[in-house]
Amino acid sequence: MTVLNILVLVCMLYVVLLFAVAFGADRAARQGRVRWLRSPVVYTLSLSIYCTAWTFYGAVGFAARSGLEFVTIYLGPTLVMIGWWWTLRRLVRVGRSQRITSIADLISSRYGKSNLLAVLVTVLAVIGTTPYIALQLQSVTLSFSAFAAFAEPGPPVAPLADMQSTALWVAAGLAVFTILFGTRNLDANERHHGVVMAIAMEAVVKLCALLAVGIFVVWGLAGGVAATLDRIETSEIARFEVSGGRWVGLTMLSAMAFLCLPRMFQVMVVENEDEDHLRTAAWAFPGYLMLMSLFVLPIAAVGLEVMPAGTNPDLFVLTLPLMEGRDGLAILSFLGGFSSATSMVIVAAIALSTMVSNHVVMPIWLHYSGGAAMVSGDVRNVALTARRISIIGVLFLGYVYFRISGGGTALAAMGLIAFVGVAQFLPSLMGGLFWRGATRTGALAGLSAGALVWLYCLFLPSFGPSVFLSETLHAEGPWGIGWLRPYALFGAEGMDPMLHALMWSLMMNVGAFLLGSLLSFPQPLERLQGAQFVNVFDHSGTPGGWSGGMAQSEDLLIMAQRIMGAREAQDLFSAAAARQGVAGYLPEPSPDFLQELERALAGSVGAATAHAMIAQIVGGAAVSVRDLMAVADETAQIMEYSSQLEAKSQELARTARQLRQANEKLTQISVQKDGFLSQISHELRTPMTSIRAFSEILRDTDDLSAGDKHKYAAIIHDETVRLTRLLDDLLDLSVLENGQVDLNVQSGTLGALIDRAVRAAGGETEHFAVRRDHEAERVDLSTDLDRLAQVFINLVSNARKYCDADPAVLSIRPAVTGDQLVVDFVDNGGGIPTEMQAVIFEKFSRIGETKAGGAGLGLAICREIMARLGGHVSYLPGQTGAAFRVSLPVSARMAAQ
Amino acid sequence: MSRERVSVFLARRSYRRRRMADAARLLPLAGGVLFCVPLLWKASDEGARTVGAMIYIFVLWVLLVVVSALVSRHLRHGDGEREGEEGSGGGGME
Repeated sequence: MTVLNILVLVCMLYVVLLFAVAFGADRAARQGRVRWLRSPVVYTLSLSIYCTAWTFYGAVGFAARSGLEFVTIYLGPTLVMIGWWWTLRRLVRVGRSQRITSIADLISSRYGKSNLLAVLVTVLAVIGTTPYIALQLQSVTLSFSAFAAFAEPGPPVAPLADMQSTALWVAAGLAVFTILFGTRNLDANERHHGVVMAIAMEAVVKLCALLAVGIFVVWGLAGGVAATLDRIETSEIARFEVSGGRWVGLTMLSAMAFLCLPRMFQVMVVENEDEDHLRTAAWAFPGYLMLMSLFVLPIAAVGLEVMPAGTNPDLFVLTLPLMEGRDGLAILSFLGGFSSATSMVIVAAIALSTMVSNHVVMPIWLHYSGGAAMVSGDVRNVALTARRISIIGVLFLGYVYFRISGGGTALAAMGLIAFVGVAQFLPSLMGGLFWRGATRTGALAGLSAGALVWLYCLFLPSFGPSVFLSETLHAEGPWGIGWLRPYALFGAEGMDPMLHALMWSLMMNVGAFLLGSLLSFPQPLERLQGAQFVNVFDHSGTPGGWSGGMAQSEDLLIMAQRIMGAREAQDLFSAAAARQGVAGYLPEPSPDFLQELERALAGSVGAATAHAMIAQIVGGAAVSVRDLMAVADETAQIMEYSSQLEAKSQELARTARQLRQANEKLTQISVQKDGFLSQISHELRTPMTSIRAFSEILRDTDDLSAGDKHKYAAIIHDETVRLTRLLDDLLDLSVLENGQVDLNVQSGTLGALIDRAVRAAGGETEHFAVRRDHEAERVDLSTDLDRLAQVFINLVSNARKYCDADPAVLSIRPAVTGDQLVVDFVDNGGGIPTEMQAVIFEKFSRIGETKAGGAGLGLAICREIMARLGGHVSYLPGQTGAAFRVSLPVSARMAAQ
Repeated sequence: MSRERVSVFLARRSYRRRRMADAARLLPLAGGVLFCVPLLWKASDEGARTVGAMIYIFVLWVLLVVVSALVSRHLRHGDGEREGEEGSGGGGME
């Protein structure tokens, strides 16, 4: 019993280590120390999730039953990796340039961003992967019970109920790990450093475990290399009796599955950091596979000889050391199998959950929620929640499958059956990468035909006769038609069932794919995407240029806020605006910006959804000249030239528009300055005139009554006060602008400050209401409160003066985001026209013709004050009316008590 | 973007690089064929032995790894991609 306890303890420690490694890698990545996380070695090791528990334990079992044939499972991937120049290079380049999130996303992107295709691929992937997850759970429980059996000889100690609870614990633990480290960020295209690092570590563990067992068997048990070879020579598997069909078929099958398995796609393409890593993986990964299979045959041969007849050969890796009393080695071997199982399940769950949430849950949710949500990050939360629930769902399905199948031998055959299932993606995938003529119709037809044949000929019969398909159907075919028997389709009798299904499903798949592609006509977007995929090395740009007008930027911002969250979207937009040299939050919707936005959205909700959402607003993709170029290759050079001219002239037009804007702004400011100067002269002149007139009267008239003298002096005094106030304002502004201002730092709460501002601005009346959020206003401030109050008073009285709604309602919404305190002042009026937004913060700027008679210095002073306080005030587009945002850095406020 | 006329003869370096790309394409084909060679051995009198096939397969495997490492050392990222596409067939036809 002690060995079992130690095993449980070691397992726990190992799991803790796994969490620690993932956590450490995530932390290092967040701190920017990613150099070592991005090494090609880590990439190569992460590919090793190809070697699941099925290969770790099962390879020896496979070898014990059919000799050297097991090696085909590794030869296929070896050939694919060595042939990286053909396919993988292209696949990775496409995946990176299109920001692909899963294999379903890739296929849907290629065929015109069709969601139907994505759903089909997703469903097939889930059907193919669930049993595989069950297989991993089974291997962990089997190996655990093998340990238990050795630790306590006598009656079998691991009844079924016990096994199932082990499986449940493992599934739950994996779900926690995957959710913790696999759904950190919504953008599936961002790297999961923690997960990848943990998998790389597990790759090392399983290789070491298998090598250790192998070395022990060869030099410990058999007594050297020559003796081992002798043992193989005298064992049951001495004769090389491999059917050519199975040898070639299995090699091809494993090569296809290597490219198509969702989990392989995840680590190979989605998590790829750098294309150059392929160069290393091209030789290092075949080397890894070679080492993984080096000792399989010796272990199988020695196991067959040493172990009592009837022992499960699948567990030789574990039972051989146990039998010899090498408990430490057995525990290491157990950890190897455990690593293989867990890493596969984690990555498969991430890959599947991304597919399910992006292609099934999100489209449904977006369809039903319509445009209900306006400015909030709710879509984001829905997507993350969907992904987390999908992870739990996928693992739960795997567990249920394991329970129902009872962990029997039906599962063992599942590995190859799942391979045939995912191999159905290959024609659409390769066709899409290499043949421009492949169309959506073809891909749909091929995938459906292949999937149906696979289900009928291999998957459903694998549950045994009379579970899904009746026994008579197996023997005589449906309605007695012998040609349709699941194991002998079209009279192909006596074939190996796996080869039979592989042959027919791929033939139907390829046939339907070619026929469908030849007979249908692709839509423009499909043709563009096709050109982009096939000629990825020539045109690494994005397809489907968008063209839009200025008016749509605001709508785009509203939509992007819903998906990415208000902050991220505003950051993206203002960054783009800054790049274009435009101030504020609204960049010009240039094709480049729209593409960038679509990519950013695609990282969160998948290409198909992102494309549909942008198309809704911009009104359909315009096919730019450069994209047409890609389609019409024949007249390439001439058209290329003219397209460059076109692009140049477009750019010139854009620059001219920007210049015109700048010029307009200058002219406006100049006009305003003239207006202001005349206003100032007028304002200065009027009091001056009366001061002069009355002081002359006082000087020249001798017989003034005391009452008159007092009256005239009072007038002179009032006028000087008015003058002083005007000059104070000007002085204030110039002092602020020159930075010669002393801040008088005080403490107070935001609520009290807003109270003061509302009161000073005239308070609420029946025509003017202020809506406030007293809960959020409970923020302590430590800054120059008088100056800040001046800003608030200005904003409130502006809303009071200029808001054209009746009753005018001003909402004051404070929020603390990250290191910023943000207070939004939003009214319900008509807002500020787009062309005025650029100049309202300029000096002397007044909207309309001095309706309310200000000097036009208020907002300019506000801007200067906020700059002195370390924050800023800006106009916030995309709201219900005029909206101003005051931001203050966190240093200016103390943490709320 | 523009596809200028490429001269017929290339400098020694880029010539070598292109042949390396060819080698990278050939390698999996050669490997695939060579891995099937043991299937032919069955024709001999009493059938092939597993041990022989195993040694053959593993030696070939190591050779492939070594050759692949040598070839990919010469195919740095970003090199010869344009010309690489011309020979790959399939690309650009519709």
